[in-house]
Amino acid sequence: MKDLKQIINECKELAFDLHFTRAKKWKEEKDGRVIVGYMPIYFPREIIHAAGGLPVGIFGGGDRKQIIKGDAYYQSYICHIPRSIMELALDKHMDHFDGFIFPSICDVIRNLSGIFKQHKLGKFVKYMDFPQNFLPQIGGVFYQQEMEHVLHYIKEINGVEVTTEKLNHSIDLYNKNRQLISTIYNIRQDFPWRLSIEDVYHIVRAGTVIPVEEHNEILEQVCAHIKQNIGVPQDKIKVVVSGAFCEQPAVGLIKAIEEAGCYVVDDDYMLGSRMIIGDIDATTSNPLEAISNSYIKQSQYSSSIYDVSNPKEYRLAKIVKERGANGVIFASASFCDPSLLDAPIFQNAFNKLGIRYIAFQYSENINQFKVIKEQVGAFSDSIKLWEDEPAAVSNINLTATDSCKH
Amino acid sequence: MSQEAIKEKSMILQKEMVEGLFNDLDHAKELGKKVCYTFVPGNLSELIRTFDMLPVYPEINALQSAMRKKSGGYIKEAEKNAHSEDVCTYVKCDVGMMMKGNIGPTGTKIPEPDVLLLSYTGCFTFMKWFETLKREYPNAKVIMVHTPYQENAQMTPSMVEYMVKQFKEEVIPQMEEVTGIKYDEAKLKRMLALSKEAEDWITKIFDTTKHKPSPIDAYFAGVYYIGPINIGFRGTPEAVEYYKELYSEIQERIRLGLGPITPEGEMKEEKYRLVVEGPPNWTSFREFWKIFYDMGAVIVASSYTKVGGVYDLGWRHDPERPLESLAEYCMNCYTNLNIPQRIDLLSKCITEYQADGYVTNSIKSCNSFSAGQLGMMREIEDRLEVPVGFIESDLVDPRYFSYSNIKNRLESYFQMLAQRKMMEKEAH
Repeated sequence: MKDLKQIINECKELAFDLHFTRAKKWKEEKDGRVIVGYMPIYFPREIIHAAGGLPVGIFGGGDRKQIIKGDAYYQSYICHIPRSIMELALDKHMDHFDGFIFPSICDVIRNLSGIFKQHKLGKFVKYMDFPQNFLPQIGGVFYQQEMEHVLHYIKEINGVEVTTEKLNHSIDLYNKNRQLISTIYNIRQDFPWRLSIEDVYHIVRAGTVIPVEEHNEILEQVCAHIKQNIGVPQDKIKVVVSGAFCEQPAVGLIKAIEEAGCYVVDDDYMLGSRMIIGDIDATTSNPLEAISNSYIKQSQYSSSIYDVSNPKEYRLAKIVKERGANGVIFASASFCDPSLLDAPIFQNAFNKLGIRYIAFQYSENINQFKVIKEQVGAFSDSIKLWEDEPAAVSNINLTATDSCKH
Repeated sequence: MSQEAIKEKSMILQKEMVEGLFNDLDHAKELGKKVCYTFVPGNLSELIRTFDMLPVYPEINALQSAMRKKSGGYIKEAEKNAHSEDVCTYVKCDVGMMMKGNIGPTGTKIPEPDVLLLSYTGCFTFMKWFETLKREYPNAKVIMVHTPYQENAQMTPSMVEYMVKQFKEEVIPQMEEVTGIKYDEAKLKRMLALSKEAEDWITKIFDTTKHKPSPIDAYFAGVYYIGPINIGFRGTPEAVEYYKELYSEIQERIRLGLGPITPEGEMKEEKYRLVVEGPPNWTSFREFWKIFYDMGAVIVASSYTKVGGVYDLGWRHDPERPLESLAEYCMNCYTNLNIPQRIDLLSKCITEYQADGYVTNSIKSCNSFSAGQLGMMREIEDRLEVPVGFIESDLVDPRYFSYSNIKNRLESYFQMLAQRKMMEKEAH
């Protein structure tokens, strides 16, 4: 087994390799392999895997890519991620990709799919319209057709016919992947000092650019390490970070939150890798239906999923309660419609529920965090100072979540 | 600005229709009618009327608040309540208006919704908007209609089927439940026949800009012309009558060789013919328009007038396929088209209406329109070698309308157009 430090260093390299060299190497190893890039938030990677492809997450250039060409495509009042994705594309970082998937997150990512089409980037460009109708016979069927559309594109490239067996095998591998990530979060819930959130971030993000088999091996080793009593506890509050599911904060910011006095015990940075809660049934004769059902019935809340019958504020409150967190940090990318439009919903509810929170905005390319660090530090101190007050989160009635299912 | 706008018969007809709707809304309870809030893109007016409901359009309320100079205050009210500065100002204006008592354009309180018909068409924010409203109106029933995006520049049978299933299994049963009225397909078909007629007329109306001088402005006046078809009157005899009358008035203008009517009277000389992409600014609508007509610029086509439905390419509601046709209507709204489709449509307008230039009014808080506009502009410039202009403003937030910046930019643009025209003249 590798040393934890070594694993983390390798994951750091992989997570921010903006030339996607591991994917390129993987593709070159065997004929017929395809690389399919996908944008946040969620995409059922299982189907790409089953079709002989490697799904690769595209999360923008962060603070590691200077934007020159991308700015010519987007006005100053549009978030940063589409311009850095354009920069990566126009600078040929993704020339070895065969196709690109744009899941329905928001209008910016939707329209970015059109710009990719206009530039004829990749062999196919697919805007993946996730259903906002949650009846299996309506939205579920539509979702299966969307997945079939993706498989059709891949088959046109490599001729691979996806079988039930292949799909169930892929589902199994990704079930394992989600279980292991979940294990890491569950251990950190009680022992957050064993692995920093920065390290968790690198480890999970690395999984979006390498084969799932390799990632599962890494995760197994990480789990083995953090099951040991390692690290030293510090006097920090526990928080959940919410709202940073698409454009990613710079790693420095992720790190700064913990340095400022908060153990992050849950977050939505890499929400796509954790979107499905629990396993997808890998034993059915209709795996696409199983994937579809999992999205409809087992999805984590998300700002991109219509939630009237399953209110997100109660679902986040439930996470806060279950993780034993002291509060929430709402971190939204500047000009991020999904996150910012949800802010009043969350904050009004949390005011009533007595859940403490702070909110700030960031941009992926900003790496000066002094003000945010002070804000987070003050938040942490204020909670520590008021720790004698009844713990609001543990007392709140969250029954609304139980009665509200898709 | 002090001059009174000239009113033609069609304008009076429209005013009567809108006043009638607001009057009915004022008396919704007495009339025993349910109130349905919904959106302009993908509006299911005929279905709403099949169930005798009265429509309310929050976007229209917001833009009317802006024109009455009230939106700034409403937006600030919403921002005090955790709404970000950087999101859709229609939403904030609507939320602020609600927090201030929900007083509508006629000065009376808009009734609370019985139904929030979330026609989720071409705009992500619509979904968040009604999630927000649902929390304010817990007794209202939210009926979601998910309209698939034309990501591959087509409406496939499976997309139509998805929507029709939603109509049959979700929308119609819930409307029946709320109103107590049984779905009457024959009634819907009768309305769809009238919709088709109104769509034929409005297409002919917007086609009149092929004439030189153009008898109408297809953007600044166009936003009034699309009123009846977009705010609940599509499918009514009144809408057909309105468009017939409007067409006849325009024909008369063509016969007399007249240009468009502006708030300051008839535009005397058509110097530049433009196609505009993006919604207008509503807080300074007249000042914005004046910059154009003072320079002799007339808008011969605009994408904004297609936001509630694209009829240019021949698509019409079809009474023989009522629900399928409603599905196609939703999918065919402008912001539900993909970027290459939008480029093709605008290019067609520039060519067919012989435009001298293409201007984008990029709206700060409307990503559905704005994200991708720079790429579209670049492609149109390359494809047609047409001079392009770019200005920025906002829908209903007065803080983001900078008159002098916009005027300066447009003046430079018009100078460029003038120079180009001169060069073309010399070359011939």
